[in-house]
Amino acid sequence: MKGIDMPAEKTRTVEIPESLFERIGALISGTRFRSVSEYVVYMLREQIAKEEIQKTPAYSKDEEEKIKDRLRALGYI
Amino acid sequence: MIPPHGGKLIDTTFPEEKRDRMLAEAKELPRIVVNEDLAKDIENIGYGIFSPLDGFLCGEDYESVVHHKRLRNDLPWTIPIVLNVSREELKGTKDGDIIALADSHGTVTSLLEIKEIYGFDKHQHALQIFGTVDSAHPGVAGTFNMKELLVGGKVSLIQPSSDEFQRFRLKPAETRVLFNEKGWRTVVGFQTRNVPHIGHEYVQKTALTFVDGLFVNPVIGKKKPGDFKDEVILEAYATLLRNYYLKDRSVMAILRTEMRYAGPREAIFHAIVRKNFGCTHFVVGRDHAGVGKYYPPYAAQEIFDEFPDLGIVPLFFTAFFYCNKCESVVNEKICPHDQSNRIDFSGTLLRGRLNAGEAPPKELIRPEVAEVLLKWKDPFIE
Repeated sequence: MKGIDMPAEKTRTVEIPESLFERIGALISGTRFRSVSEYVVYMLREQIAKEEIQKTPAYSKDEEEKIKDRLRALGYI
Repeated sequence: MIPPHGGKLIDTTFPEEKRDRMLAEAKELPRIVVNEDLAKDIENIGYGIFSPLDGFLCGEDYESVVHHKRLRNDLPWTIPIVLNVSREELKGTKDGDIIALADSHGTVTSLLEIKEIYGFDKHQHALQIFGTVDSAHPGVAGTFNMKELLVGGKVSLIQPSSDEFQRFRLKPAETRVLFNEKGWRTVVGFQTRNVPHIGHEYVQKTALTFVDGLFVNPVIGKKKPGDFKDEVILEAYATLLRNYYLKDRSVMAILRTEMRYAGPREAIFHAIVRKNFGCTHFVVGRDHAGVGKYYPPYAAQEIFDEFPDLGIVPLFFTAFFYCNKCESVVNEKICPHDQSNRIDFSGTLLRGRLNAGEAPPKELIRPEVAEVLLKWKDPFIE
C-alpha cells in the first residue's frame, strides 16, 4: 500500500550469472514485475509449489473404511 | 489427489478413547472462554481445514501474514487466525502453560499449549487485512473492539462445540475419500453465503463443464444483518441440487467459519481452505468476500497474481445477469445486447419479493427453491 511503511521481509542473497540477470531484465521490461528479484521470487515460488507434494497418505485403509461408512450413512455414497 | 496446503493434512484431534480423560484433566486447568466463531475455527484447525496451521499464530507468523500475506516459511496465508485475550483473562498464565478453551456454554472443546503471548497494532491489522480503517466496515469495527493481546500456540481438539447441521459436516479427510470414491480427479469448489439463484447455478455448471465434480461449500457462521439464515441456505441448496444437478457430479458440505468480508485476502484464504478439502479449482466471482464498495470489483481475482504457488487453480467469472434477448443467463463477455434487456440478480429485488410473500421471477430463482424460501417466515438475519 502506498505511503505505508511495512516491516521489511528478511532476505538472503543468491547469485545468478550476469547474463541471466540481464536477460531477465530485458524480459520483464514493461511488465508488472518491478525488479529482477521480484520476477525470480515469483518463478521460484511457482516451481517450488510443483515440487512440494505429499508423499504419504493422510489416512490408513482402516481409517478410509470408517470414513466411507460415515459417508454412506450421510447419503454421500 | 491435490495435496493439502503445506503438504500435510493437519489433525490435532484427541482420539475418542482419550476424550473423557482429557475433559477430566481440563477441569484442573486455567480456562478461557471463546466465542462461537472462534470455537468453529478451533475445530477447523483440529480437522485440518486450516492446514498447515496446527494452532493460533505466534508473533512472527502473525506479522508475516499481516504484512506479507505469507507465513514465515513463505507459504501463502492471508487471514490471521488468532486467539485474542485480555491481560485479565490470562490471569498469570505464561509461555509453556497449557490452558483449556471453552465455548460460550462453558463446554471445554480444546486445549491450548501457549507458545507466545504478544501485543499487536490494531490500526495496522485493520489496514492490512481489510484495506481500510473505516469503522463502518464490519471487520474494522471488530478489529478495534479486540482485546489487547494475542496468544499463539498449538491447539488440540477434544470435542466440537456443537452438533448443528451434522448432515452436511465433512472434514477434509472425508471429502478427499468422497472425491476419490466418485472418481473425481478434478473438483471445483464453490463458496457461497447466499441462497442459490440461477446465476449461481450458471457459474457452477459452467465450471463443472471443465472438471469432474462440483463441491458446493456454503459458509455457516457469523454474517451480517440482511443475509439469509444458515438453515434457509442449506435447505435451498439441497433442493436445487436434488432437482437440477446430477448426484454423481455434485456434493454439498458446509464450512463453519465467520465471514471476514476481507475481499481479496479472504478470496485467497477461501481458496486455500477448499484446497484442503481436496478441490483442484475454485470459483472466484465479482467482489468475492466483499462488503459495500470497499474493494474494486475484481480485486479479489487480481490478487491471485501474487500467488503462483497457491496450488489451486482459480476460475474467474465476471458479473452475470439474465438477458431477455439471449433468453439465458449470460455475462458481460458473451452478451452483445444493451442494458434494457437485462435482469440483474439483485439481492434487493429478491428480498423485496420474499418480504411481500411473492415468488421471484423464474428467470432468477428456480420455482422449487422459491417455494423453500417462501415457506420461511423470517429467512433473514436481523
